Amino acid sequence: MSKRRVVVTGLGMISPVGNTVEQSWQAIQAGQSGISNIEHFDTEKFSTKFAGLIRDFNVEEYMPKKEARKMDLFIQYGVAAADQAIKDSGLIINDDNAERIGVAIGSGIGGLGIIEQNKDNFAKSGPRKISPFFVPATIINMISGHVSINNGLKGPNIAVTTACTTGTHSIGLGARMIQYGDADVMIVGGAEKASTEMGMGGFGAARALSTRNDSPETASRPWDESRDGFVLGDGAGVLVIEEYEHAKARGAKIYAEFVGFGMSGDAYHMTSPPESGAGAALAMKNAIKDAGINAADIQYINAHGTSTPAGDIAETQAVKGIWGEDAKSVMMSSTKSMTGHLLGAAGAIEAIFSVLAIKDQVAPPTINLKNPSEGCDLDYVTDGKARPSNIEYALSNSFGFGGTNGTLIFKRI
Amino acid sequence: MSNIEERVKNIIVEQLGVQLDEVKNEASFVDDLGADSLDTVELVMALEEEFDTEIPDDEAEKITTVQSAIDYVVNNG
Repeated sequence: MSKRRVVVTGLGMISPVGNTVEQSWQAIQAGQSGISNIEHFDTEKFSTKFAGLIRDFNVEEYMPKKEARKMDLFIQYGVAAADQAIKDSGLIINDDNAERIGVAIGSGIGGLGIIEQNKDNFAKSGPRKISPFFVPATIINMISGHVSINNGLKGPNIAVTTACTTGTHSIGLGARMIQYGDADVMIVGGAEKASTEMGMGGFGAARALSTRNDSPETASRPWDESRDGFVLGDGAGVLVIEEYEHAKARGAKIYAEFVGFGMSGDAYHMTSPPESGAGAALAMKNAIKDAGINAADIQYINAHGTSTPAGDIAETQAVKGIWGEDAKSVMMSSTKSMTGHLLGAAGAIEAIFSVLAIKDQVAPPTINLKNPSEGCDLDYVTDGKARPSNIEYALSNSFGFGGTNGTLIFKRI
Repeated sequence: MSNIEERVKNIIVEQLGVQLDEVKNEASFVDDLGADSLDTVELVMALEEEFDTEIPDDEAEKITTVQSAIDYVVNNG
């Protein structure tokens, strides 16, 4: 059975480098950092005092304040990004197509902020002070729920939760639903708001975060010898993906074609990848096979590249294993050097950057990489700004706690 | 407007996201002010907070209109 073709027809984003796709993409191409000091709680006793924060987000552009009060910020970001993406796609939802349009927007962690608030209320005043909205304001599938309710979307409605691979898996699995025929259009992506006391405290306790408090903007430095952990980021990315003939028939603007998806499990450790990057390599191999291409056909890789000591070298090893002699001719950058690591939203915003790299024929840069560490000797696009390049195929990687890996491949159309 | 009436109405405005002039004494939370069952639970919690009182569930169920909220606070506050 030949697969139905899937194309990208709408994009939406709330990120540390901008509250729209356009603003974020401009900042990424210019090599601007979105990392800054946390001011929404007292960080004095925290080992890390900074993150990729959302600034100047006005939720009332997307919903009445009364509705927003019933949603954790991760849901607000996700609903906002979905709203942008649907508008961008020009898709008109009506009785004839509503059952063929679905939603798959996940999150790695969910509504930590409101969980904390309600636990505080409970500890202080008992169970009667737990809000009736506590559960629906914090559970992960409520972005998909609200986007369906707000837009009348009656197709598949799910939320994947695979830590930092959530966004990538949501896109890949959403595309499979279109290929298989469950839907003609899927609204896919991820959202996160983990820069709360428990989020910063928890990742800090796991020694996963950079503690470069004297220089937040340069803290995320993938592949640099002085990298010391990832920088947490907040936000959401959402894509409208659509069956090719369906998109063509309605005269939709097409950004790129989705052509490959691969998954794998490390079978190794809760939070660390194996040094060889074997799991990462398997996800990439599976995606390349799914796309029916050769590794050498790919010009740009948007790396997982979180700026952790073990992860960065493992991903580089995995790329060397697949591309062999050609590894140095592939451009591989980490936009997390600018946005920080958006956990469940990371794969979604990075898929958007990969799609835009194809559309605008530029490879986004890696910033803050001054002294590559031993073994990190690929072309990480350290130009300080985007590099004009011929990009026919772009690949985007995500790897998560639990050893869950995902890879997407997009093609110029 | 009495002080209690004003405070009750301000809470309703805040909780239900409505305008003050819509909050007529005879207005029903569900039928006139767009509340659902969870909104009314949260509204009762906000009244408890504002007036530093605990409203038992069987009493809370009877608070369905602006006037019934005012009456409860006047009689039990």
